Amino acid sequence: MKLAYWMYTGPAHIGTLRIASSFKNVHAIMHAPLGDDYFNVMRSMLERERNYTPVTTSVVDRNVLARGSQEKVIDNIIRKDKEEQPDLILLTPTCTSSILQEDLQNFVEQASLNSTADVLLADVNHYRVNELQACDKTLEQIVRFYIEKGKTNFIRENLKTSLPSINLIGISSLGFHNNHDTREFKKLFNDLNIRINCSLPQGTTVKSLTKLPAAWANIVPYRELGVLTSQYLSKQFGLLSLILLPMGNINFNRFVRNLIYNLKVKNNEIKKITNIKLIKLLNLKWIKKESNKTNLKTKKAIIFGSANHVAALTKLLNKEVGLEIILCGTYCKSDSNWFIEQVQNYCTRILVTENHTIISNEISKLKPDIIFGTQMERHIGKRLGIACGVISSPIHIQNFPLSYKPMIGYEGVKTIMDLLFNTLNLKDRKTSFMLFKDTI
Amino acid sequence: MNQINNSTLTFQCETGNYHTFCPISCVAWLYQKIEDSFFLVIGTKTCGYFLQNSMGVMIFAEPRYAMAELEEGDISAQINDYEELKRLCTQIKNDRNPSVIVFIGTCTTEIIKMDLEGIAPKLEAEIGIPIVVARANGLDYTFTQGEDTVLASLIQRCPSKDRETEKINKNNSSLFPSLSIFSKNKNESNLSQDKPNLPLVLFGSLPNSLTNQLEHELEKQNIKISGWLPTKNYKELPVIHEGDYVCGVNPYLARTATNLIRRRKCKLISAPFPIGPDGTRAWIEKICSIFNIEPTGLDEREKAVWDSLENYLPLVKGKSVFFMGDNLLELSIARFLIRCGMIVPEIGIPYLHKRYQEAEIKLLEDTCRKMQVPTPLIIEKPDNYEELKRIEQYRPDLVITGMANANPLEARGINTKWSVEFTFAQIHGFSNARDILELVTRSLRRKNYIQQLGWKELVE
Ligand code: SF4
Repeated sequence: MKLAYWMYTGPAHIGTLRIASSFKNVHAIMHAPLGDDYFNVMRSMLERERNYTPVTTSVVDRNVLARGSQEKVIDNIIRKDKEEQPDLILLTPTCTSSILQEDLQNFVEQASLNSTADVLLADVNHYRVNELQACDKTLEQIVRFYIEKGKTNFIRENLKTSLPSINLIGISSLGFHNNHDTREFKKLFNDLNIRINCSLPQGTTVKSLTKLPAAWANIVPYRELGVLTSQYLSKQFGLLSLILLPMGNINFNRFVRNLIYNLKVKNNEIKKITNIKLIKLLNLKWIKKESNKTNLKTKKAIIFGSANHVAALTKLLNKEVGLEIILCGTYCKSDSNWFIEQVQNYCTRILVTENHTIISNEISKLKPDIIFGTQMERHIGKRLGIACGVISSPIHIQNFPLSYKPMIGYEGVKTIMDLLFNTLNLKDRKTSFMLFKDTI
Repeated sequence: MNQINNSTLTFQCETGNYHTFCPISCVAWLYQKIEDSFFLVIGTKTCGYFLQNSMGVMIFAEPRYAMAELEEGDISAQINDYEELKRLCTQIKNDRNPSVIVFIGTCTTEIIKMDLEGIAPKLEAEIGIPIVVARANGLDYTFTQGEDTVLASLIQRCPSKDRETEKINKNNSSLFPSLSIFSKNKNESNLSQDKPNLPLVLFGSLPNSLTNQLEHELEKQNIKISGWLPTKNYKELPVIHEGDYVCGVNPYLARTATNLIRRRKCKLISAPFPIGPDGTRAWIEKICSIFNIEPTGLDEREKAVWDSLENYLPLVKGKSVFFMGDNLLELSIARFLIRCGMIVPEIGIPYLHKRYQEAEIKLLEDTCRKMQVPTPLIIEKPDNYEELKRIEQYRPDLVITGMANANPLEARGINTKWSVEFTFAQIHGFSNARDILELVTRSLRRKNYIQQLGWKELVE
């Protein structure tokens, strides 16, 4: 048992549901007690969804406890099949169902005999994986299922697209600024004359997954989601994978170079477009000017969040803006090796933990000028009077802005710079205000 | 729609496939109500995630609540539950020093049959803090029923003798035996006060300002209540004697009521709930009738409230409202809204304890008759999918529903009100009727405005 007040990642089924509800025409049925459908509330509220979240529950109650689910799960699957006619129904286990030890796989097999939709049991164990790992696993499971199902077709056709194209893997519902990032990616690929073969899972149908092998490469911007899928595709079809979050100038540069090189984009026209952008990006004068203005060189920062966003931001703030990163950390324990390797040259200390009190203590001990973190760090900052910008999940409704706020690419740097200066200025203004107040 | 002009209600039951909150959510308001308590939810990451997200910013205010998160070793019984809980409780005691720790049992503790009721008394003796166990899990209960399970468990902690008397008696037996005369005198002086009625204990957790208001209303009728469950502090839980009268203020407290009757031999006053001026009046009248008091001034009081609602009533008059059902307040609010002139085709409700809600059901029927509207169809354990189909057919002016369906319904041009707001808003007593209508009319008013812009449906 462990005393917990706050978690950085949700339970496994949230991950599975994020994937299921990202796809078009996929329905998830949770094997869960009444009340575990809070996912629907979150999605409806945070994403301000206009459609019903395609998640229902096959309710586990006293009867189920006493006699087992029996036909109930199967009936519910078949019922949903008739009502919604989805392409795929994903039976989602929860913490409750994992200890009931019912043979859910058997239910799935029986139900699929009587349903038009494909039926799958999400292969995630509540006690072994968290939300992010479950996202990754479920996406891979679905992709694998449809690739294998359609194998005969594309072995025959085994064709690459004639023009360079990529699969954009890992855009999902409830992801941090995912929708904005996607738009930015689309613009970028458009500029580079690269087609998006398939962008998944958000907004894709499972039927279109069979065309995944036709791409020239996989792009996985968020390490937490999509690595397993891209590995599978690489192994099966020799697809190249680029796992990199183009956030900040350094990463963005690397990203574009990599693309041009790997996809052999040769068109001069394209080069010209990107060159202009890259020059603009490399020209950090405006940032430097701003930094001098606010004396950023002397500022100390603490950064905490998902491995991916923290690593990219650490480089950006340290190398490009010139902040001193006195501590950077992540709650993505399973990815700690990669994380440490990424940030070790850019910060004084590294912290990998899922316990918010440890971070809280560090922050109050080290007293940084600014914090970048999740909603939790924002509140720690509030308590200690330190300004904080939110750069990673877990997040609240205010982190699902309606206005265009991507984190990646050229626009993304602008977003982050705004965030940085607003946060710092807010604080400075507050302190001068306090000083003023004191003198009265 | 079932619009038979029938004066008795029709009850139906569906599949129970509806959205609602898990009953552990009750810790959110109960830890605020009982100020010296600490709630320990013994469950999984699923429970924690739910609480963390549903409590919103409360979670950052160092709430007096925590998860005892069960790990794989706990599930496979490799780890000793007792030792683990002891470790956590000791930590809580050192950090927060509460007067009571409430264990909230969850689905997982049910399934692995963790013997919380057995562990609690031993642990209590060992660490010296009272431990109350409430099994507020999603297998058995819905949303607000969580409070019911907690209150039902608190009952056994309510003292059965006056504290003062008890203290003095204790002293009597040990040190000052001669003082027994004094304690007798004290009792007598209590009796000789102007309130002749038998002890009356009210139950249901309400913000302190509301409990004061309701107490004040009763005082006006010369009724003094002897206690309230729960109290602001655990240490002040009310005294409950055998034969005391008890009365509930919320419709979801059936289990608490049953426990008071069975375990403490109390007499339940079955009254409509003090929601809306009509409900408040009926509630007071019923209590008065038990104590043989002729209520005074209620006519004017109620009329004054209705008069003050003048601005709202035209907005709701003749409009229809559909309850999808998730918090058990549905019947009382529907009854009030019908009295305001609205039409209610259907009331979904998670669970209906017909005996505990008897008076409320009757008032609902009477109200329909009085307002000459068809009685609503009452659907227990509703099925959201079927409900949505009926809503699409009927196109009510307002749907009271959870957040999972609210945005999608709005996008389909149907007005909604988020039902959970009724749980957290102050809706009891005479003076808060306005708040209910404020909530109900908010989206109606917005709709009036938006429709001028010509947007009705925004879904592709
Ligand atoms: S339904 Fe059960 S498992 Fe889910 S949050 Fe409630 S108590 Fe926990």
